[in-house]
Amino acid sequence: MKRIPYYPGCTLKTSAKNLENSAIASAKALGIEMVEIPDWVCCGVVASLTSDDLMRHIAPVRNMLRVEQMCKRGEIEDSRLLTLCSMCFNTLQRSNFRMRENPEDLESINNIMYLEAGDYGGTTEVVHLLQILDEMGFEKITEKITNPLKGLKVASYYGCMLTRPKDIGIDTPENPTIMERFTEAIGSEPIDWQAHSLCCGSYHTVNNIEIVVKLAYEIIKNAKNHGAEAIITSCPLCAFNLDDRQKDIAEKYIDFEPMPVLYFTQLMAIALGLGEEVCGFDQNYTDPRPLLRKKGLLK
Amino acid sequence: MEFERKMLTVYIMGEAYEVPEGSTILMAIEYAGFQVKRGVGCREGFCGACATVYREKGDYKLKGGLACQTVVTDGMAIAQIPSVPAEKPIYNIAELEANENTFKELFPTVFRCVACNTCTKACPQDIKVMDYVQALKRGDIARAADLSFDCIRCGLCALRCPAEIVQYNAAILARRLYARYLAPKSHEVDIRIEEIEKGKFDTEIEEMKAMPRDILSEKYYKREIKVD
Repeated sequence: MKRIPYYPGCTLKTSAKNLENSAIASAKALGIEMVEIPDWVCCGVVASLTSDDLMRHIAPVRNMLRVEQMCKRGEIEDSRLLTLCSMCFNTLQRSNFRMRENPEDLESINNIMYLEAGDYGGTTEVVHLLQILDEMGFEKITEKITNPLKGLKVASYYGCMLTRPKDIGIDTPENPTIMERFTEAIGSEPIDWQAHSLCCGSYHTVNNIEIVVKLAYEIIKNAKNHGAEAIITSCPLCAFNLDDRQKDIAEKYIDFEPMPVLYFTQLMAIALGLGEEVCGFDQNYTDPRPLLRKKGLLK
Repeated sequence: MEFERKMLTVYIMGEAYEVPEGSTILMAIEYAGFQVKRGVGCREGFCGACATVYREKGDYKLKGGLACQTVVTDGMAIAQIPSVPAEKPIYNIAELEANENTFKELFPTVFRCVACNTCTKACPQDIKVMDYVQALKRGDIARAADLSFDCIRCGLCALRCPAEIVQYNAAILARRLYARYLAPKSHEVDIRIEEIEKGKFDTEIEEMKAMPRDILSEKYYKREIKVD
């Protein structure tokens, strides 16, 4: 079993437990043990718009320091930090890049963190689970799956945080393919569509629901027009906007047809034959089970 | 043998006073002639009433401590915090749920935490304040209750927090929620209540009530303490 330090993030412990549970179970089935880092803190989400936002980087740096500490204590060999949530991935990675490029910023933060046993040296690599799967080889996943998702047409939704900005993204920002390659590996059929990287409206969902409703409607409609039966994502905020907001979309657009939105890890767990116990489908707003049953993928 | 006590200079609210070496901040303040009415309590480090901020000679750090527990050093500058003006929401525990949404409602500032750890640095009880705030953010009420257990509510964390979180009030809510909704129910308590109601200890209590004070006191200090 390959062990890798794992950063969950607050949402994965609350409204996106289905992302965490399905990911941990799937990773285990693929020979990867995700080791939760001790004393992690919020990733530092929501980029500050002030010119001096250094304080906002303490939280991400503290998390990356945890990995160095684990390595120093000999608890883990892999010095990468595995993330599942696109937002956490982006926040941590951006902060990491800034610290590497600006040693003075890193020094300021290390000075503030004087209670920590040692400074952050900038050696932690932030990675997303999709990258780890890609590195392992998607064909290896194909070998391990027992319930290939034959006939299921899936739209891979990247949103913004996985691929932008380009230095940080896990794939090219304009034409990413990593999720489509993943989709193929688990036996389902990726669709070619345009809205894969259209913003879902992000935090407008708090104060300007109508912006999110419009964007989410367009995204789901685009997926449907290209034959998709379900959408996958790795971002709990995108999932909220595309899935939970379907209630608001249906109120505004009479031609709207609901579509299940799943975490990519939920589909992976089903393909690996882990059953719906690890998927937590009750946390999905539009229940994906009727579709999966119709396709004979779920009992 | 003559014993001469060494004197130190401390600055109490900006003014210099000579106080004996080895004094606590509270002893120093009283030695200097102040009568402390607010900002003092049990004098044993338990009640949290004597929050104090101080700066030591040659150190740029502003530190926090309990006046009754912190020993003065030469050149120390001291200011008492007799009360902490902090937000305290009113709630009915029976109407709350033990999850992060309760904190979003009652303590929204918790979600402004940037993990700077200033609260932990300020805590005289060595509590991992930042870690329990972070636990609240992710709905881990049990962890927050556990980590904050030794809190004596002196308020220094809240005074130092750049995000203006009232950590100690959020923490007591976490412990209340834990006790009411999350803690495993104690079967032993039910058994003991039943025993008391059936009068199992009545004779013993009556015997004790009739005891002279010195014998009662002796028995009290010699009592067996059972720890499971």
